[in-house]
Amino acid sequence: MAIPDVIDLTKSGRDPTFPHRLGADGSMLHRCIQCGTCTASCPASEAMDISPRRMWRMVQLGLVDEVLDSKTMWLCSLCYQCQVRCPRGIPLTETITHLKQLAMERELVSSHQSEAFYKAFADVMRRYGRNREMEFMVRYFLQGNPLTAFKFVRMGATMMMRGKVHPELPVDREGRSLEKLFERVAELEAEA
Amino acid sequence: MKYLFYPGCSMDTSALEYKRSTAAVFETLGAELEEIPDWTCCGASAASVASDLLGHVLPARNLALAEQIDEDLTIVAGCSACYTNFRRTQAAVTRDRALLDQVNRALEVEELTYKGKAQVRHLMDVLANDFSPEEIRAHVKRPLEDLVVAPYYGCQTVRPFSPYDDDQAPTSMLPVLDALGVTIQRHNREASCCGTSLLMTKQEAGVRMVAEVLDACEGADCMATVCPMCQLNMEGYQDKVSKVLGRRVNLPILFLPQLMALAFGLPDDVTMFERHMVPFKPVLSRMERTAPVAAN
Repeated sequence: MAIPDVIDLTKSGRDPTFPHRLGADGSMLHRCIQCGTCTASCPASEAMDISPRRMWRMVQLGLVDEVLDSKTMWLCSLCYQCQVRCPRGIPLTETITHLKQLAMERELVSSHQSEAFYKAFADVMRRYGRNREMEFMVRYFLQGNPLTAFKFVRMGATMMMRGKVHPELPVDREGRSLEKLFERVAELEAEA
Repeated sequence: MKYLFYPGCSMDTSALEYKRSTAAVFETLGAELEEIPDWTCCGASAASVASDLLGHVLPARNLALAEQIDEDLTIVAGCSACYTNFRRTQAAVTRDRALLDQVNRALEVEELTYKGKAQVRHLMDVLANDFSPEEIRAHVKRPLEDLVVAPYYGCQTVRPFSPYDDDQAPTSMLPVLDALGVTIQRHNREASCCGTSLLMTKQEAGVRMVAEVLDACEGADCMATVCPMCQLNMEGYQDKVSKVLGRRVNLPILFLPQLMALAFGLPDDVTMFERHMVPFKPVLSRMERTAPVAAN
């Protein structure tokens, strides 16, 4: 969804509680003075449809749909540059993680690939306790767009040739499964 | 000196050369590294996206295991993402005791308790601050005088937790490299991000980030890294980076302990240079051709 340069605030449905839905860190967003240090510091801002500075203003204004449908948070690589430079001391990078959580719930096609990445990784952690790189990649390709695999054919082949990765069958659980721990966390979160 | 060691998933598999060289370098320097038995994934960037609590429970499980061995021993992490996750959880439970209780209610199923005491330091911090350059220099058997090295810290090595270095313009690697005898090539992307998982999910944006860093290192013989994610991204996409930059980029990306092991004269099964996707061998051969013959 393209974001217009001018957003008509009288027509958009707005949720003033939006910043507070982003955890304790999000409620600090009212401090933002729109200085733009975050955008200037972000190594991926060029690829974003909403710049970080603009996105934080939109969060303040409660523009939930526009923010969560954007690809901005999915382009954050957690480099913490905006957070350590923010003159208002807002934990911006931490807040991005909460935006990702809320966006995940919407199951949008536009963020499908990023979500597939996180889901595949969580699945492997849960089953084996440690990442198994080849299985993770296969799960990621299958959960996301399988054609993505072609982007990695050459690199994967080189890595195998150099002995950096090995073909793996999804059988060896090595007794480190975190199934029980994941279940327990889900129970505790349901209680809260 | 004794440390507990958390290798993390990458160091145990695709970045095995990092683990192997780290272990050997510590041994040479007379320090003991004890791997935390039964360690599991720190949660990477995925656990906290799944849930806040999971994002703290997975690091805490490992910190609890470490405390069980000896809560006074420092844990060394060589992966910047693991390091950041541990520090993040440690900081969060220190601020919020209710969170610590919640974490421990989860850890009950593993029969573990996290006290919030375990101290975690980055391998870069330990190498720079627990061993003096003179100590390191004393073990150098083969000064790497003919090697131009671009240092690269990446982001989470120094951000947001950097009690040992500046989070914008880090310098902790310099005395270590200097002790090895290399020529250091400073550049303006030393603490820029490697793009992490963007290379998997938003590849175009990720490749641009890698390209900026590699472009800044033009002219170096190799790059020295201290994070498996940085190393993989900097090494694995150079064909795509070459297209972006319009020139062929072919820069070997090494782990700092591999360079230390090389200078210490440790054997090939420690340095494991053959595992790199961008071969380091041509640089090594050139060094051997130009090196003065050692007087035996």
